[in-house]
Parts: sequence; C-alpha cells; structure tokens
Amino acid sequence: MLLEVRNLSVAFGPVSRPVRAVAGVDLDIGAGEIVGIAGESGSGKTTLCAALVRALPRAARVSGDIRFAGRSIHALSREELRQVRGREIAMILQNPMTSLDPLFTIGNQLGEVLATRCDVPAPQLRGRELELLRSVHITAPEERLRQYPHELSGGMRQRVLIAMAGSMAPKLLLADEPTTALDATIQEEILVLFRELRDLRGTAIAIVTHDLGVIRRICDRIVVMYAGRIVEEGPVAAVFAAPRHPYTRALLASVPVLDGDRVQVQAIAGQVPNLADLGDFCAFADRCPMAIDQCRAQAPPQTALGQQRRVFCWRADEMS
Amino acid sequence: MSAATRALSRFWRPTSSDVGGPPPLPVLTCACCALLVVAAIFGNWLAPYSKEAVSLGASLLPPAWESGGTMAHLLGTDQLGRDILSRLIAGTRISLATAAAATLVSGAFGVLVGLVAGYVGGFVESIAMRIVDAFLALPFILLALALVATLGTGFGNIIMVMVIANWARYARLVRSEVLSVKQRDFVTLARIAGVRPFVIMLRHVLPNVLNSVVVLAILDVGRAIILESSLSFLGVGIQPPDVSWGLMLADGRTLMGFAWWLTTLPGLMIVFAVLSFNSLGRWLHVRFDPRGQL
Amino acid sequence: MPPPDNSPAAHAGDALVSLSGLRKEFPARRMSAFGARRKVVAVDDVGFEIRPGSTFGLVGESGSGKSTIARMILKLERPDAGEVSFDGRSLWQQTPAQERDYRRNVQAVLQDPYGALSPRLKVCDIIGEPLSAQGRGRSEIDATVSRLLDTVGLGKDAGNRYPHQFSGGQRQRIAIARALSVEPRLLVLDEPVSALDVSIRAQILMLLREMQERLGLTYLFVGHDLAIVRYVSVVVGVMYFGRMVEIGPADDVLRHPRHPYTERLVSIASMRQALGTERLTGELPNPLAPPSGCHFRTRCPYATQRCIDEAPPLREWGSGHRVACHYPLTRSS
Repeated sequence: MLLEVRNLSVAFGPVSRPVRAVAGVDLDIGAGEIVGIAGESGSGKTTLCAALVRALPRAARVSGDIRFAGRSIHALSREELRQVRGREIAMILQNPMTSLDPLFTIGNQLGEVLATRCDVPAPQLRGRELELLRSVHITAPEERLRQYPHELSGGMRQRVLIAMAGSMAPKLLLADEPTTALDATIQEEILVLFRELRDLRGTAIAIVTHDLGVIRRICDRIVVMYAGRIVEEGPVAAVFAAPRHPYTRALLASVPVLDGDRVQVQAIAGQVPNLADLGDFCAFADRCPMAIDQCRAQAPPQTALGQQRRVFCWRADEMS
Repeated sequence: MSAATRALSRFWRPTSSDVGGPPPLPVLTCACCALLVVAAIFGNWLAPYSKEAVSLGASLLPPAWESGGTMAHLLGTDQLGRDILSRLIAGTRISLATAAAATLVSGAFGVLVGLVAGYVGGFVESIAMRIVDAFLALPFILLALALVATLGTGFGNIIMVMVIANWARYARLVRSEVLSVKQRDFVTLARIAGVRPFVIMLRHVLPNVLNSVVVLAILDVGRAIILESSLSFLGVGIQPPDVSWGLMLADGRTLMGFAWWLTTLPGLMIVFAVLSFNSLGRWLHVRFDPRGQL
Repeated sequence: MPPPDNSPAAHAGDALVSLSGLRKEFPARRMSAFGARRKVVAVDDVGFEIRPGSTFGLVGESGSGKSTIARMILKLERPDAGEVSFDGRSLWQQTPAQERDYRRNVQAVLQDPYGALSPRLKVCDIIGEPLSAQGRGRSEIDATVSRLLDTVGLGKDAGNRYPHQFSGGQRQRIAIARALSVEPRLLVLDEPVSALDVSIRAQILMLLREMQERLGLTYLFVGHDLAIVRYVSVVVGVMYFGRMVEIGPADDVLRHPRHPYTERLVSIASMRQALGTERLTGELPNPLAPPSGCHFRTRCPYATQRCIDEAPPLREWGSGHRVACHYPLTRSS
C-alpha cells in the first residue's frame, strides 16, 4: 500500500473549542490508483491533502499516523521531507495562475525543476524541456518555452504544472481542484493527461474536488467527505449507481446532469454545520432525511459492505 | 521560525493554545498611548509646576536620583530653573495637539481628493494624481522653512505647513484602495440599481477604505510628532513661551555636556511617543488586514 | 415540477430585449511601447431576442463574450457597434427619466456572493437600496424587504444582521431579494451559482426557477455549465469566442445540436462517452489573433478550406433553431 492514513485528525483554534477540520480519517491509496476525494467546502478535503505532505499552517494540531511507502511522514527530518515532496509526492494546487512565477519564462521554470530535482545536466536541459512539453500535448513547444506564464491560457498553464509534477515520475500526485478554473472542453484534456500519467508512469493520483463529474470520468475509487469525516468510500461505478450514505445520495441528486434535454435537481436543505460544534454524533444528522435518535447520540461506526466499500451510517443496511 | 521569533510573535496575537486574554504587547501600546493622551488633556493639573515658572536659584538641578538632585524637581531643572517634568507634560499637550490637528486636516483633505480621483477616474484622476506626485516629491524641511519664512510662525501656520507636507500620502493611499473597491460587485450592483455616484462614494466606497486610512493616520501621528519636533528644534516651529519637546532639545543643546537631562529626557519622550503610536498603528494594521505581516 | 413550456405560443408578443449586430472590443496591453495597439474582440456581431416571460440561457466558456453581453444589457459597457433595445427603445438614447425607469426594469444577480453585498450595511438596507434609489418611502421599503426575506427563505430577523454573518448561499438569496425588490421586468443572472457549493447550488437554482414560474419573470441566465443553464432556460444560445454559434429552443438544441462545439458540450454534460474517446485536439485560439473564417476551425474535426476562408453566418435550421456552421451536423443525438 503506497499511502496509509490511520485515524488522522487536524484541529485548529482554541483547545477548549477546537475546529475539527479533519476527524478520525482512515485512508489507503495503492500504487497506480486514481482516487477521488469528494466534498464541499468544510468537508476537510483540502486540509487532508495538506496534511499528507505536512503543509499545514503552524497553528494546526495533527494527530494520527500517515505512512508513505512505509515511512511515517511525521518522522521525516526537514531534509528528508524536502526530498519526498516534489520527488515522490507531487502536488498541483487549485489555481494555476498563481503556481507559476510570473517573472520567469516557462523554459526557465521547467529547466529549474529538471536541474534541481532530476539532476539533468545543462546541455540536455532544453531537449528534456521540449520532451516534457510534448508529453502533455502542448503544441509549438519551442515557442512556449520562450513565453511567460501570463501569455498562456489557464489550460496550458495547468498542463505545464502537470508536466513539472510528472517530471520526477512521482509515486503519488495530489491534485487539489485541478480542473475548476478551466473550461469544459479543456477539462477533458487535463483528465486524459492524468490518466496517461498513471498508465505510463504508474503514478497514483488523488484528486480532491467538489466536481462529481470529474470523479466519475476518471477515478477508480471515490471517497466522500462531510464535515471533516469520511462518510462513504468505494469503487466509483458502484457508489454512483447505488450510494449507501444519505449524504452521497443527496449530493448526487443535487448535481444538475443533462439527461436528453432535461435536467433534474434535488436540493439538500440546510447547510454544512459549524466545524467547531461537532462531537460524537453524526455530522449530517440535522439535514438527513433518514436520521434517527441514535444518529444524534453517537457517531456511526464503519460498516464494511464488501468489494472495498465502506460507509459510516447507522442505517447503512437499509439503503440499497 | 525559530523558537525565539515564535515567542515574540505570540506577543502580538494569540495562538491556538491561548485561551482567553488579549495579546500583551498591543495592550501595552494602547496603555502608553492612553497615558500620553491623558497627560495631554489633564497635564495642567498633573504637573507640579507651571511650565514657565522661572526659579534662577534652582537652575540646572539634575534629576532626583543623581547627586545634587532633589525630590522637589523629579527630573531636574533647566538653566532658568524651570521644572523639566512639568515642561515635558506641557510639551505633550502641544505636541499631541499639533500632531492630531495636522493629521486630521491632512487626512480629511487627502481622503477627499483620493476618493473623488479614484472613483471618477479618467482625466480628473490623472490630473489629481500628478499633483499628488508633485507634493510627494517636495522635500519637507526646505518646504517648511520656505513657508514659515513667508507666512511666519504660529500654531495655525505650523499646522498648515504639516498638512501641505502630508495630505498627498492619504490621497495616494485612498485612491489605490478606491480603485480596488470600485471593482467589487456591490459597487457595480449599486450602479445597476440606479444609485447616484455621489451616494455610492459615500455609502459604499468610503466606509470600506476607512480602515487603511485610520491605520495610516495613527502611524502619521508619530511622524507628525517628529516633524513638529524638528521644526521646533530649528526654531521655526513652536515658539516660547509655549513648550515643545523639540524646543527643549534646542534649549539644552549647548549644555549637553554638563546637563545631559536637558536633552536626553525630551529626546526619550519623543522616542516613547513615536514608538507608542507606531506600535499601535502597526498592530491595527495587522488586525484589520488578515494577510498583514508584522 | 413540470419542465418549462417552450412552445412558441407561450411567448408570443414583442421582444422585451432585442440585440443586433453587437460588437465590443477591448484594448489589449501593448507588449512594447512601439507595438501596434492591439485589441481583443470580445463580442462579434451578436444578435438575439428575449421575449417577456421567457428565460434565455447564454452558454459559453470564459472568453466567449457572454459576460460582456450581459454587461452591455446592464448598461455597464457601451457597444462599439450594434444595438440593444428595451421595449423597442435603444438603451443609449434614453432620457434621464427613461434611464431611471430602466434601472428599475433591469436588475442583476452576479457571480460572487462575497463581493455582492456591501460589508458595512445591514441586510435590510442592502435589499432596500434599489427602492430607495427609486425614491420610495420608508414604510413601503420596510414592508417590501420583509416580504422578500420571506420569499427567498430567510427569516425576518435576517434584516438586522450584516453580510458577514451569512453563508455564500444565504448571501446569494439576499442578492436575489434585492434584485427582485423593484419588480424588474428583466433579471440578468451572470453565473449566479458558480461560486457556491454543489449542494447549495441546487437550492438556489430551485429557488430561481420557482420564482420565475410563480412571478412570471424574464431571465437572462449566463453560465458555462450547460446542465445548470438548461435547468433554468427555455431558449439557449451558445457562444464561442465572441460569436453566437447556435441558438434555439433548449430542448431542440440539446437533443439535436447542429454545431460541432455545441455537440461537444452536450456530450460532456451528459457524460455519454467515456473519457478520451472523442478528443478535441488543437489549442484554444489566441484572442489577439483569432483564426480567420470560423473561430472553431482550429479544433473542429470537420473543418475544410471553406471554414478557413469564410466565417459562417447564423442560418435558420427550422423552428427558431439557428446555427453558424458551413456543415451543420445532421445526425440526432
């Protein structure tokens, strides 16, 4: 197992009333898997992503265990962590406009990555840069190398970032909302690139997004998070066809999808609870159409549903 | 960040492990500023002596803790026997009043120009900003000397000199803030609703730039104190019988070797006052701007 | 809820808003002091109509010009060529009194719920502002605000609070209440749910649709997500790089898209094909140097020499369905 997360919790704010951004999360990612972590704002998905590479703000209190390729992330020294970040675990952040330095050309920035992380000797740099750009299907790569980030479109910038991330053939790629700022037709291209990265280099990919369509198109497995906790997990086709958690079911129903020429939409009443008000009870209970007293009294335990599926709901057996 | 820096930064704002209570340093700076303001307002009643009380018999007494000093004059006396402590307190009133007045007037004028220039844009903005640039380029001391030579000294004139030197900074700050507020949707929606431009400026734009203006103004108080002290030191600011720290510096300059307290104590007051207001301003800046750095 | 009626009879009558030959350019930053002044053509010869009581959905990706069109209708930008008419009168030939009327007749809900509400004003003042700009009295405003807070699903005591105390979805409700306060005849919605969480989007979309049906409002809904736009719209116009490439009744356009770009959008939105089976190769055109002829030709699998030489005009394809393509698709989905 490439990544093993056990009982991860991340809290902020005063100790007396902590904001539990992530609470008791267990997660496994195997080599070459493409996992989608789905959730809305406040679900904890971005915090989880940052925790995996120790990129949380100083004020965060982290507990639990994160093991990557057998080593505990927390036990790494700063130097070892620096080696792991960028070489073994790569990250792509949400806004491609701010991830590239506006003062340097694309060629410069690619060259820097290749020289420092991949130890490519200077004479071979340009050749490798062109190769990288072609690997992400960027047209006219020679010209792109001379251009500055602001001269490229959002989709191209994202492709450059993917090229940079993939240059090291990392074992794991964390992508936080990688397609959100992009147009629908360009999103497709980016998703294809992700799949190529997995097929050709064996990179496992964790895509954190609120866009269920993206997850459906490319992910093998989906993890649904709500208010800092995992509520359901399983193979994408199975979960989308027959969700076993009321939140998953409601979330799927609330996304407008084109069916012929009709669109059906069903809203979820209420809002995500304040993360500081959570405790040992189901966070979705207030909005859940199937909530019973037990849901408010105690947090639901994990129910294994076979075939790598699990759900956290007192009434999981009744939903099928 | 090393452990030392972390401890220092905790002085400024609470971290997650702090339960209640405000951070210590801002409370301290607030207290200092409050102390100065109290001294300015109630100084006349607090001071043991009048600032002008001459007593030649008791001239050049050192502060009480030195040999030759006396408890009657806690911080010593100057060459005319005037009590240093009382004069410091009296100087507080003048210095703070001058700084406050200058700041308020330059702030008001600068905000007005910046607001109109920023919102109206176009030709008006270009002209206004070029004028602002010109004023920012003027060297203050030379300007002050020239103006005083023309207009003469006096409380009002000093304020005017300081306003002329300072208003442009407000204009520039406000105009750039207005440019960014103007882009926000609530201004666009006000236009769509048919609200008149003048009303939009007052109701929507101005309140959202005031935060920065207040921070600048508080920082400016410190700057104004230094400006006024410099002018008074040069003899073109506050005139006797009024007292100013700058004036006290000038008076004691020739006797620095023998009577260190004549210059050091007013100098320390200037430092204390400027530090207090600067700290307050910096803390407010950090507090108002979530991305503000120390 | 029954789907909206889109038969032509339901929307007979003169157009409420009529656009024709609309063009808007923006100057682009010059790369060097000596370079020629470059420009981006944001909107290129666009025209359509919005009928009263109808809902028009303008779909396009970023850079398609859809937001620029919305801004021109809102009189925030002036077109460089072409006409926008409301009730038969051009927007830029209004007397001050007519302009004031226009500001009552056309309101907007914009994308960013966090920037749409003035942070220092109370919610009741925010909602009441358009009415007060129209010169209505205090008591009338208070009564209307109360009623609207109810309509959008916020409690009456919400009026006394400040925007920062509300979530994104709630703020958008406040923005909708404000827009409806003057009973506008046209409501322009520019990506009103794009910045909201997925589950909240559904709430707001349902609210918008419900209000449109109950109050008989006229919408111009601008968005990039085809499914979202369809949920609220009866007529759909698809924009690509400043031009309208397809326009017509929503069910027709979505069931039988004729333009390759529309077909691509529909295919992605319905998740019909697996990832990577139909690829659009080629880069997005450069806004400063758009391709000659048809803008879409650089990515279109069916492009020919004719598409390079000649820009296709919008041509009728039957019952109000128009396409700008030399080789419109004939197979149905």
